[in-house]
Amino acid sequence: MATVTLDRVSKRFGEFLAVDDFSLEVAEGELLVLLGPSGCGKTTTLRMIAGFTDASAGSVRIRGRDVTHEPPYRRNTGVVFQNYALFPHLTVFENVAFGLRRRRASESEIVERVDRALSLVKLDPLAQRMPRQLSGGQQQRVAVARALVIEPDVLLLDEPLSNLDAKLRHDVRQEMRRLQQLLKITTILVTHDQDEAMSMGDRLVVINSGRIQQIGSPQELYRTPRNPFVASFIGQANFIEGAPSRDGSLFVTRSGLSIACASSPSNANSLMIRPEAIELLDAPAAGANVFPATVEVVTYLGSTSELILRLTDSETVIVTKPASAVAPHHWMPGQRVFVRVDPASAVGIAPM
Amino acid sequence: MVRGTRFWERLRRITFGVAVAGTFVFMVLPIALVLWLSFFGNEILSLPPEGYSLRWYSEIFAQRQFISGFWTSLEVALLATACGLLVTTPASFALTRSQFRGREAFLQLLMSPLIVPAIVIGASLYMSFVEFEVLTGLPVVGSVWGLAIGHILITIPWSMRLITANLIGVDRSVEEAALSLGASPLVAALKVTLPLIWPGMVAAALFSFVVSFGNLEISLLLVTPGQTTLPIAILQYLQWKIDPTIAAVSAIQIAVIGTGLLITDRFVNLAKVVQR
Repeated sequence: MATVTLDRVSKRFGEFLAVDDFSLEVAEGELLVLLGPSGCGKTTTLRMIAGFTDASAGSVRIRGRDVTHEPPYRRNTGVVFQNYALFPHLTVFENVAFGLRRRRASESEIVERVDRALSLVKLDPLAQRMPRQLSGGQQQRVAVARALVIEPDVLLLDEPLSNLDAKLRHDVRQEMRRLQQLLKITTILVTHDQDEAMSMGDRLVVINSGRIQQIGSPQELYRTPRNPFVASFIGQANFIEGAPSRDGSLFVTRSGLSIACASSPSNANSLMIRPEAIELLDAPAAGANVFPATVEVVTYLGSTSELILRLTDSETVIVTKPASAVAPHHWMPGQRVFVRVDPASAVGIAPM
Repeated sequence: MVRGTRFWERLRRITFGVAVAGTFVFMVLPIALVLWLSFFGNEILSLPPEGYSLRWYSEIFAQRQFISGFWTSLEVALLATACGLLVTTPASFALTRSQFRGREAFLQLLMSPLIVPAIVIGASLYMSFVEFEVLTGLPVVGSVWGLAIGHILITIPWSMRLITANLIGVDRSVEEAALSLGASPLVAALKVTLPLIWPGMVAAALFSFVVSFGNLEISLLLVTPGQTTLPIAILQYLQWKIDPTIAAVSAIQIAVIGTGLLITDRFVNLAKVVQR
């Protein structure tokens, strides 16, 4: 049984439709990511699950119980806010104990469970500190402990890493994922950061302007994006306009190139090729999907190099390669090369 | 060119300094003068004084109306402060935490005692109280409760300003965190929001106390001969006699309020609370 179910949920703010007809299910122990640009409705969705915002239509169920009209304090969700929202007047211990005190747990049980939650996030030595005496990363861990200690049905994380600096963010990301898998706690994470989403999520829900664009595993979304928004929001992508051949095995570009491709819906109007899926060759080779090209720009980016290649007068593609693979070739702008496109990674995309 | 800029910079700094000093003198001088006068030896006020004495302070105790007036004022001020906060705190929550029809009108209503002249409030309260007495037979005019009701009205705008400003400063997600952890809205308000706004509430209490303790206009129509407040006792004394006793009474009033301010400031940074 799904832990959290959204059934045709919408949210309207006056004339503005923030969330348009969302239906999704979160499985027991799963980490689901709501991913999208700011203002897309992902945080509103999270707030409707937590109960801070009323749904305009549809229903929210947690463990099969319809909570659409339940207030937040009867939903048993653990929420970690973007700014952590610790109680500034309470110690770390009392912050974590707050939810247990509301549940009228005995003093000995509170001490035991708070200690366990704090050692889980490795903060047990700081139990008697005040929140203002902690670093951002430590505050974030207190917020996580506070949300976990009540053993919520679902853990809701609202951009929990966005206030941490880049280096720390990477560590915390690993740590949170480890914790989530250790406790097997159903989790919904909201983020606008695709790296965060890809590295943490079991499944991703890509959202744009209040609409679900696609739901799937990181691999599915990367390999077979359903529309141009998903393709460009998750990773980099080249789009070449054209139309599929009748049997769908070939994609014919505007300038007449025929590229063999894995799949192509009949209404596809562009072909998506990931920049790393294009192979660069110095000499022509036998086989399918080999095309002559001219180097236009070579950009060194540290661990990778990026090349812009012109296929025809109207079509260019971006290719990224490990810098170590590019250096020995000494490719220069104006040079004639050949590209080979792996048919398995060329995907026809239908318009939105 | 460089000389020019430096000249203007100096002029700006000097002007600023003079303005600050001037304002300070303007505010402190009357208080300092009252304190000075209270120690004059001569009965008829004249400068320079003929000598210094403490006899005006002992004179206060000979004038029963000052002593009873002080206690009445204290009683009324404490009552008005306590009741005022009981009214304004929930009202501030309602104004900052929910949207409802007539919100603006409600706010204006609560702020109106600042706009309506206090003497008008006093007069209309007096008339209402008399009607009430006729209907019920309960004595209101001249009672401490009658005075306190009037004073609550003038403390409300001050408390409202301070408490709403503090409530707006409280991060809503902290309250939401409390809700998600199982606290009902009332428990969240008591356990989380109130502890966070208490500096504002202390400041509101202090302002209410000061406003009530020094109020003359509203009290004027609500007192009876046996039951006066300190400012009215001072006024009545002044009507037939001007001697440094008044200065001594004022000095004590200043001391009471000043002590209150200092004690409060030890617990709450008043400058910070008022700035919000």
